[in-house]
Amino acid sequence: MFNCKTSPEIGGMGHSVKRKEDARFLHGKGNYVDDVKLPGMLSMVMVRSPYAYAKIKSINKEKALAIDGVLAVITGEDLAQYNLHWMPTLLSDQQMVLPTDTVMHQSQEVCAVIATDRYIAVDGAEAVEVDYEPMKAIVDPFKALDSDAPLLRPEKEGQKDNQIYHWERGDRAKTDEAIANADVVVKERIFLPRIHVASIETCGCVASYDKDTEKLTVYLTTQAPHAIRTVVALVAGHVGLSEEKIRIISPDIGGGFGGKVPVYPSYVVAIAATFLIGKPVKWIEDRSENLVNGFARDYHMDCELAATKEGKIQAFKVKTLADHGYTDSSANPSKYPTGMFSICTGSYDYEHAFAELDAVYTNKAPGGVAYRCSFRVTEAVHAIERMVDKLALKIGKDPAELRMENFIKKEQFPYSSPLGWSYDSGDYHATLKKAMEMIGYDDYKKEQVEKRKQGKLMGIGLCTFTEVVGAGPSKDFDILGIAMFDSAEIRVHPTGKALARFGTKSQGQGHETTYAQILAEELGISYKDIEIDEGDTDTAPYGLGTYASRSTPTAGAAAAMAARKLRDKGKKIAAYLLEVSEEDIEWEIGKYFVKGAPEKSKTIQDVAFAAYTNIPPGMEPGFEATHYYDPPNLTFPNGAYICVVEVEEATGAIDVKRFVAIDDCGNIINPMIVEGQVHGGLTQGIAPAMYEGIEYDDEGNVLNGTFMDYLVPTAVESPHWETGHTITPSPHHPLGAKGVAESPTVGAPPAIANAIIDALSPLGIEHLDIPITPAKVWEAIQAHKK
Amino acid sequence: MKHEITLTINGEAITREVDSRLLLVHFIREHLSLTGTHIGCDTSNCGACTILLDGKSIKSCTYLAVRADGSDITTIEGVAPDGSNHIVQKAFHDQHALHCGFCTPGMVIRTIDFLKHNPNPTEEEIRWGISGNLCRCTGYNNIVKAVQQAADEMQKESV
Repeated sequence: MFNCKTSPEIGGMGHSVKRKEDARFLHGKGNYVDDVKLPGMLSMVMVRSPYAYAKIKSINKEKALAIDGVLAVITGEDLAQYNLHWMPTLLSDQQMVLPTDTVMHQSQEVCAVIATDRYIAVDGAEAVEVDYEPMKAIVDPFKALDSDAPLLRPEKEGQKDNQIYHWERGDRAKTDEAIANADVVVKERIFLPRIHVASIETCGCVASYDKDTEKLTVYLTTQAPHAIRTVVALVAGHVGLSEEKIRIISPDIGGGFGGKVPVYPSYVVAIAATFLIGKPVKWIEDRSENLVNGFARDYHMDCELAATKEGKIQAFKVKTLADHGYTDSSANPSKYPTGMFSICTGSYDYEHAFAELDAVYTNKAPGGVAYRCSFRVTEAVHAIERMVDKLALKIGKDPAELRMENFIKKEQFPYSSPLGWSYDSGDYHATLKKAMEMIGYDDYKKEQVEKRKQGKLMGIGLCTFTEVVGAGPSKDFDILGIAMFDSAEIRVHPTGKALARFGTKSQGQGHETTYAQILAEELGISYKDIEIDEGDTDTAPYGLGTYASRSTPTAGAAAAMAARKLRDKGKKIAAYLLEVSEEDIEWEIGKYFVKGAPEKSKTIQDVAFAAYTNIPPGMEPGFEATHYYDPPNLTFPNGAYICVVEVEEATGAIDVKRFVAIDDCGNIINPMIVEGQVHGGLTQGIAPAMYEGIEYDDEGNVLNGTFMDYLVPTAVESPHWETGHTITPSPHHPLGAKGVAESPTVGAPPAIANAIIDALSPLGIEHLDIPITPAKVWEAIQAHKK
Repeated sequence: MKHEITLTINGEAITREVDSRLLLVHFIREHLSLTGTHIGCDTSNCGACTILLDGKSIKSCTYLAVRADGSDITTIEGVAPDGSNHIVQKAFHDQHALHCGFCTPGMVIRTIDFLKHNPNPTEEEIRWGISGNLCRCTGYNNIVKAVQQAADEMQKESV
């Protein structure tokens, strides 16, 4: 494991120090957006469409405006006067802020009611009369490209059908040839349904425009405050909101998981409302609004995996249909419309692969945003990990053995994948071996043989995934043109205590502790003496925010680099104080000393004090540093997960008996926090594997838009997680770290699906799409009994 | 229609005038500015709004403020004196049983009530005992451990 270089008191890397941010949350003193109360603040409630696709014939505001306390009803026509009724999505599509003539999905914002309090605003919303003319909605994405399908986006220039884009990567001809010549080819259509992150805090904002200072302040549930500020300036610049007059404050965030990256229409309406009315306007989404708007996944993947009869993988091909709803509001880097989906070749060494994808419009809420994995890695990993298991079943080989035989070997790193990634590091064999030992794989295999003799359904499922995070190198990665660097700014005060600010934004990841630990490691100042500040665009350095497990790979690296700049300056000050030349000064964590005379030393605190009080001649005073870190490559966390389940044949009930997760996220900053991230991610892995999925009827009505019928796992559904680590440090990251928070969400669903399908395989069942519910299992059992 | 209600909140007796339809959670958050009680779902599923009413944990998002007339309410702000921790709060900190903190007040309140009725619970009982409170961040492992630690420490304290 990782060897700590600092004492627990300093609390550098590798120490499980308790979190600094806990006290305010435990005492009910967190400050979330809905806790913000400004003088004269108004409340905004949205009127939403009951139809999936309809013409708006008229909107009658009169009855709403007659209610005492209702101040305004804002429609798309009102916004159109300022050309604010459409806005760009993060991926060069357009999204309605409010519609002028057509609604495109159920629950789409139709107009906004502004009132003196929320109850009155709700009364107002119910009093607004909207006359709709419903139209036949496109719900099935496979019908979106039919020749008789209505054109959903006629206003979009050059749009002739409902295809958004076609994307492909790899060598189609060589992959087809390898598949045609292979001994064994397994095929499957794998569907990952719509799901929603459902952070326990929904989205919301308090927008406040001051007409005297012309300053707009927005308290916002956002994971990327700076990017939002720039988007607002781009969208609303023409009405006089320029970027220096926009302040986005992301206060405490009650869970993000990617759902708080996009700009939602209601944010823009609230900003327009405060701009027009001149008073602060609060909008807080209710749970149904949250669940029904925005989503992740919704990929239909036709997969083919080719191998020799002995099980040497030769080629992988996947053709995907992506249902994006009525607009592509994916939060992906602009050159990567399908995110990092091309990681779909997995952890295995073979030559040929081809991936293609068609994205289509339907009458559903726009997406896809993230579900604790924004960049389509979950989809990619599910595809390859299901197919590897299907291959194992087909050729009658143990799935662990098949994986071991096909893994990229540790000496092959950096490894160039068939679809163009350069995997930085890993030891896949060691990681799987550790997982197998921890769970007792061989014993379970024996137990399974016995259970099957007794007619019992027991399954063992594996997933050995490779993640790709830490976007990213600016030559390839940008969002709306803004390079995906991140930043850190450190100020060490005269007394040797410090304040550090970041362009990222924690939503529960524990940045106030882990960033302080990185700086403790680099500077030798106790983590307790370092205050971390994020989320206020008026004070934090520019950064792209926290999502896609990028904070440690980017801002964490920036912290280390900024600290190293400070150390360089400190070395000069130490040389001056110790009256030796700079070359004679050496550093060990927390102090400078004279080479060969370690008793002559100055602590980092001495040096910080001198930077303000006894400055070497000609040197700039102060002890501050800033770094903008542009990573040279992405990082590739990986892991081996094993799940054991039992399925009751009579009812389809699934019992997860064991789940072991071994993660390689490189060097670890705080093992307690990393383990906590893995636990949480695993529960967000079992959720889509067994429980969650947003369902629509044929008319585009959402069937499970509340927590009454969308099952977020409770402590009862969530099994006891067993975790462990292997460590191969990232060779290009200054701390050797890789990022971790999304790995478990990526790795858990295939492990669980593979385990359940393995349990059912004696009945002839070879595949089930997630969520694998007892009802689905029961139906499959009945169908295979006949 | 307005009603006058009198109740005790975190040890303080108060009288206020409220609308018939005002929900208790909004009364607590908006009228009393005790924002530690959160709203996560509006349907009693998530438990972020859990408070103690006459010593029992209830979900204040589906409870009318008028119905709380005459009651004794404790919110997260009132479970321990300022600057100190209830045993359950300490256990949550020790076991890293919170990430974003949004569900935490409700989870802590529920745990306090649960341990009152079941001071020596099994893991299974803990999982069922907190199953009315959703956490999207922690995966529950460490919450279960925190409840176990709190149970142990309460037992020691009562000896």
